[in-house]
Amino acid sequence: MIKVILITGRSLNQGVSKELGKFSKEYMEKVAVCELDPEDLKLLGVSSGQNVKVKTKYGEVVVKATESTQAPHKGIAFIPYGPWASILMPSATESTGMPSLKGIEATIEPAKDEEILDPEKLIKMVVGREP
Amino acid sequence: MKTVRNVVCPFCGSLCDDIEVDIEDNRVVKVRKGCAISATKFTKYNEERIYKPRIDGREVSLEEAINEAVEILANAKYPALYGWSCTSTEAINIGIEIAELVGGVMDNTASVCHGPTILGEQDAGISTCTLGQVKNRAELIIYWGCNPAHAHPRHMARYSAASRGRFVKGRKERTVIVVDVRKTHTAKTADIFIQIKPNSDFELLTALRWAVKNGELEQEEIAGIPAEKIEELADMLISCRFGALFFGLGLTMSAGKARNIEAAVNLVRELNNYTKFVMVPMRGHFNVTGANEVMAWATGFPFAVDFSRGYPFYNPGDTTFVDVLTRGDCDAALIVASDPVSGFPAEAIRNLAKIPVITLDPHETLTTMISKVVIPTAVVGIEAEGSAYRMDAVPLRLKKLVEPPPGILSDEEVLKMILKKLKERVK
Amino acid sequence: MELLIKNGYVYDPINEINGEKMDIAVKDGKIVESVSSDAKVIDATNMLVMPGGVDIHSHIAGSKVNSGRILRPEDHYKDVKPRTAITRAEVGHTVPSTYTIGYRYARLGYTTVIEAASPPLKTRHTHEELNDIPLIDKSCYLVLDNNWIVLDYLSQGEIDKCAAFIGWIFKALKGYAIKIVNPGGVELWGWGKNVESLDDQVPPFDITPREIIRGLCKINKMLNLPHTIHLHTNNLGKPGNYRTTIETMDTVSDLADGKPNIHITHVQFCGYGGDSWITLRSGAPEIAKYVNNHNHVTIDLGQVVFGDATTMTGDGPFQFILQNLTGNKWKNADVEAEGSAGIVPYKYKRKNFVNAVQWTIGLELALLIKDPWRVFLTTDHPNAGTFMKYPRVITWLMSKVAREKVLNKINKRAKKRSTLPSIDREYTFYEIAIITRAATAKALNLANKGHLGVGADADIAIYNINPMEIDPSKEYKKVRRALKRAAYTIKGGEIIVKDGEIVKSFIGETFWVKPAIPEDLEKDMLREVSEKFKEYYTVSLENYIIGENELASSKPIAVKTNL
Repeated sequence: MIKVILITGRSLNQGVSKELGKFSKEYMEKVAVCELDPEDLKLLGVSSGQNVKVKTKYGEVVVKATESTQAPHKGIAFIPYGPWASILMPSATESTGMPSLKGIEATIEPAKDEEILDPEKLIKMVVGREP
Repeated sequence: MKTVRNVVCPFCGSLCDDIEVDIEDNRVVKVRKGCAISATKFTKYNEERIYKPRIDGREVSLEEAINEAVEILANAKYPALYGWSCTSTEAINIGIEIAELVGGVMDNTASVCHGPTILGEQDAGISTCTLGQVKNRAELIIYWGCNPAHAHPRHMARYSAASRGRFVKGRKERTVIVVDVRKTHTAKTADIFIQIKPNSDFELLTALRWAVKNGELEQEEIAGIPAEKIEELADMLISCRFGALFFGLGLTMSAGKARNIEAAVNLVRELNNYTKFVMVPMRGHFNVTGANEVMAWATGFPFAVDFSRGYPFYNPGDTTFVDVLTRGDCDAALIVASDPVSGFPAEAIRNLAKIPVITLDPHETLTTMISKVVIPTAVVGIEAEGSAYRMDAVPLRLKKLVEPPPGILSDEEVLKMILKKLKERVK
Repeated sequence: MELLIKNGYVYDPINEINGEKMDIAVKDGKIVESVSSDAKVIDATNMLVMPGGVDIHSHIAGSKVNSGRILRPEDHYKDVKPRTAITRAEVGHTVPSTYTIGYRYARLGYTTVIEAASPPLKTRHTHEELNDIPLIDKSCYLVLDNNWIVLDYLSQGEIDKCAAFIGWIFKALKGYAIKIVNPGGVELWGWGKNVESLDDQVPPFDITPREIIRGLCKINKMLNLPHTIHLHTNNLGKPGNYRTTIETMDTVSDLADGKPNIHITHVQFCGYGGDSWITLRSGAPEIAKYVNNHNHVTIDLGQVVFGDATTMTGDGPFQFILQNLTGNKWKNADVEAEGSAGIVPYKYKRKNFVNAVQWTIGLELALLIKDPWRVFLTTDHPNAGTFMKYPRVITWLMSKVAREKVLNKINKRAKKRSTLPSIDREYTFYEIAIITRAATAKALNLANKGHLGVGADADIAIYNINPMEIDPSKEYKKVRRALKRAAYTIKGGEIIVKDGEIVKSFIGETFWVKPAIPEDLEKDMLREVSEKFKEYYTVSLENYIIGENELASSKPIAVKTNL
């Protein structure tokens, strides 16, 4: 397990795959990911393409670890905007209307054998029932 | 086959207006000049389309769906109307009147995007400009907490770093600085990259302002950056003839939020005592700026407007949709051209799933999944026309290129029908 | 629909009707000779009847106004009114919402208002807001003096092509007149600089403010535009600037042919004597003297009203100075190849020396300029105060007592330096009708506005006050109350206000000029302009053009040009 600062944001792949549909294979492939610094991957003992579990005070989610092409950023994990990222975020807005979607403390651990939930399962998990 | 030129791309806040689209048999067959996202948007807009209105998952006629929507809105004590950043200004304008009529809260996606930018501006102002001013004059460009290489793919070529203007002819004549927590693909093209510690933007912006004003810093290091580097940077900012600061959600979403913007505003304001300096927010969705504009002219406030008193009331942090949802205050929701379930914190989604939701969208989304009423609409900028505002508030006209699928109306048309029926229902 | 307004005291200066008791007949939106016995009768006995007000300069729509709204939530909180069966919710004080603007003008008896400054690139936005301003008719001036294509053509001496371009831009963007804002200075603001005189160079254009003004004045005549050039001077807001103002007026005197050919706007802001804020004094006497001796000039006041204001102009460098002076929040918004805008919230205080001098300047101008047909009432809304304060300004003009009451409360040094206490003139209702509707309609060359002659638009204001009995000099408060809430406002033959309340709402017309340009000249010009566009702008020429279908109620006015 490593401690990181989690940030979320746009990526080109997220933008393109979003246009292919929120339930498309591509969207899940490109958005249910966590970009990590190569050194952090090494520390975790995880190689690019293997699953990891990301946990914050507010929730946890399994996504695929990928080696960042925008490194170095040791200690910082990036997940593109989307349902996988938002589960990890606080709802408090500190009187701004804006939840803190960047700069959240998180932990990451290997989760090679755990499944990445597709959007439907993810929402079912969040709302606690069949949508 | 026909080719339509000067098409405005309805994806991001850059609203590139030079796209060329080939159309054959009411289908887009080819797109030229657009970025990868634009090309996908124009050619794949029929993926995961919704063709029939639904109530509780059951296919119904448009009239039934509209009647149900009207019932929900008319019976709600405090409905929330949210989304709006991916539709036309005209559609948003009708949404505002619906919100006023039913005494609901009207918010747009700016609240989870550049809402803090607006709050910072309301505290301190902003020195800004249209993008052509940067293209023509900017010798120095900073990208702070934004990654146009990914989020606004043609921004640098058309409007900023590598654009060709009247006085500044291209990338070689400009200095480009990137401030980010990661060495982003934008950072990799910069002349100077400042890798800042997460959540320390406020400190660096404030230190920079101090250095601009006073020349020297007392500390050795601020935000992970050596003082000499900050002083050097301050000198560069003062020395350019025209500087532009582009900033993104790296400032609005991280610690400080609106205070970060205020710090940036004050830095730029100070710089104008020495040279010309401007800042421009990198707005995300193609018409999120338009949502702010039309809400401001119709209600006085750019987002988070509560009509429960009969007149517009604005109190971000209270009347913003995430807060309304998290408190569990609203008892119905109308979501237009947005997918909050994909992007909102879990607590907010849980509460949204408990109330009747009406969603207008061309496509299946996570939000349509939890909606009671789903009304499919035309894709604005491809199947419907309308106005949209670029990130710098330049208004452009989106074109209608092809006919929508049979029976599918635009957001504007559907909302007009809802408004008309509501007016008969709510006296 | 027919209306008969019976027995009112009518003030219709264009038709030289001065308080005559008469009936006004209305049919199908127009004033007619007579109506049938089915006509709805409005009893205007013992009431004051005037044409609907015509505001020649007010910031009501577009990017700058909306920036003011966004910048100032604190402006809106206390000034609200819930939605009714007829009206949308009202909100906003100095920068109210579009709906609020329409309703409030209508309540004052105003029926036509022109947005004072629209940068071409953002004029689509201006129209979108005009579409949402109910009741009144409206239009907008286009800011063209710092436009690169105009500057290129003028500096190259290509005046025909420049005229063709400007004629085309009115057609393409649906505007009404040429607005000039700190010519040359705003272009230099692109580099954080400004000009200081009419003869400063504006690099790289090889042109001076004087040459820009003269060029545009000539083009205005070539295009035969209905209004004159409408000019915000260089050096606005600086002590001593009355000299620049007079020089500006004089620089086009030789181009005049007996009629006005230049309108200087909000002259209060460019009527300052002295050479610093310490030695500030009114320059109104000098300006009035010039205007009295030269009939090629019209002006409007930009009268200061104490209290809250939001300054917003296309004069970026002036707003920069103001934010440094006040420390208030500041918005600057430059527009590529066209100009700039700035916004700074402001509060005018009676005890503040500068503000008090400013207050005296507007009134001195109105009282010292002899010909009311060439001086118009404005507050440059919302720069010197809101248009809602027009009734207050009117009573200052009509009553020396009302003026003295304020003079006794203002900064003593300002009072001592002012000539205002020595001026006895008091405006009559006839003169008020001139400076608020007749003269402005005439200056805009709106043949169907500002009067009640047969064929005119049935835009009528009726105020519940008996002009034959009241002494406005003493009973100015009664006048003020009556003017604040029209007994009736009639727009296009429809009763829209009764007893100060909106009783009907609809969208008025947006009018714009459509100059005829010789085809070959236009083609040549457009070929060059489309090339320049690629270099100067970030939008294509095609997307710059605003379709007539984008206007809620479009009214083009064809203009024969001298090209």
